[in-house]
Amino acid sequence: MYQFNWRPVFDNFDLLLRGLGLGLSMAAVSLAIGSLIGLAAAFARTQGARPLQIVASAYVELVRNVPLLLIIYFVYFGLPLLGVSLMDNIWSFVLSLALYSGAYLTEVFRAGIEAVGRGQTEAARAIGMTRLQVARHITLPLMFRIALPALGNTFIALFKDTSLASAIAVPELTYGAIRINVNTWRVIEVYLVVGLLYLAACYAIAGLLRRLERRFAMVT
Amino acid sequence: MMELVLASFPLIARGLLVTILVSVAVLLLGTLFGIGGGLALLYGARPLRWLVRIYVDALRGIPQLVLIFAIFYGFPALGLQVSAIFAGVLALALFCGAHVSEIIRGGVESIARGQVDAGKAIGLSFVQRLRHVIVPQALRRILPAWVNTAVEIVKSSSLVSLVSVVDLTMAIQQVVGRTREALLFYAVAATLYFAINFTLSIMGRRLENRFAHA
Repeated sequence: MYQFNWRPVFDNFDLLLRGLGLGLSMAAVSLAIGSLIGLAAAFARTQGARPLQIVASAYVELVRNVPLLLIIYFVYFGLPLLGVSLMDNIWSFVLSLALYSGAYLTEVFRAGIEAVGRGQTEAARAIGMTRLQVARHITLPLMFRIALPALGNTFIALFKDTSLASAIAVPELTYGAIRINVNTWRVIEVYLVVGLLYLAACYAIAGLLRRLERRFAMVT
Repeated sequence: MMELVLASFPLIARGLLVTILVSVAVLLLGTLFGIGGGLALLYGARPLRWLVRIYVDALRGIPQLVLIFAIFYGFPALGLQVSAIFAGVLALALFCGAHVSEIIRGGVESIARGQVDAGKAIGLSFVQRLRHVIVPQALRRILPAWVNTAVEIVKSSSLVSLVSVVDLTMAIQQVVGRTREALLFYAVAATLYFAINFTLSIMGRRLENRFAHA
């Protein structure tokens, strides 16, 4: 019979909490960088010249069909072998996750851009706005509201993906679990607590996002 | 150098085979879990429905990697010896099952209530309604979403390399470590994953188009 002993887990609870915080921060930074990539690629795909469209589509299709772990390994192990080595493991992971999320966010923003009614953009052009002005004052704000729920879901997915950072020894929550496990061998306790921490964080974020969505909801 | 590169291909081929086998096993098992879970969510008695709801919501809020570690390290602690590949397949299948449960529930609930009532009115039994009214229509919504899940599972199968299963990702890591040819071999791995998943995606899109006009 398994003997439960929670002490080792709670003695190291700060390790887990710091890991949780690091995971959330990495997800947030990746979402920010990924959104920039996604925005650029979405405009390239919808309004860019033909070669730009092809490049953006190739990026989206390639990244969406390749495992995140492979991208992480390529950036962390592959780039230094090719002579690019200026990142620690945390930034290397953030860059990987940003590249990965950028492909999904491209589709999110593209759907958002396409959902903005033609009447809106045509009206803006008719009153003499330039294409850049239309993008900035009409398409972007409307698209942001349409894309907000999908952005929120992407953030939660990215937060769960930060568990893969443990593969390159980034001290986030899953890595904390591995560390405690190695030092104390309290397997069941550690993974129960860590699983619950992930669950609680995911549902807390989901709840916050729902409130945010209600505030920015479109009045139609 | 060339010899090293050539000598790596059998290892990569074996890794590819493991990736395909793990993905197929996860999808088969996960789809079975999902059919059971979906039916329980739709037609189960209240306590069963709640249990399955907890399973589905819990598994969607925990990273797949944590599930794999929990089973791989947790089962032996409880006195059950499991191989790495078994732990990986079981963890991913549980995750897959949660997603498929929701896909099936959503697909069936999207069918207009009147259809089921009409079936009842002309005297069809529950099983007959399922077979002739619900399944043919729900399948149109379920299949494209299922294909998306399949793509995600092929990608997730790379996580089994973290419990030291030599799948495609692990094979590539070993080969890159040995040959230091990063660009070539990461490109090979990306191409192989892409080939599998792009084929799946195209099949999914075909299904979608076919059913959209049916």
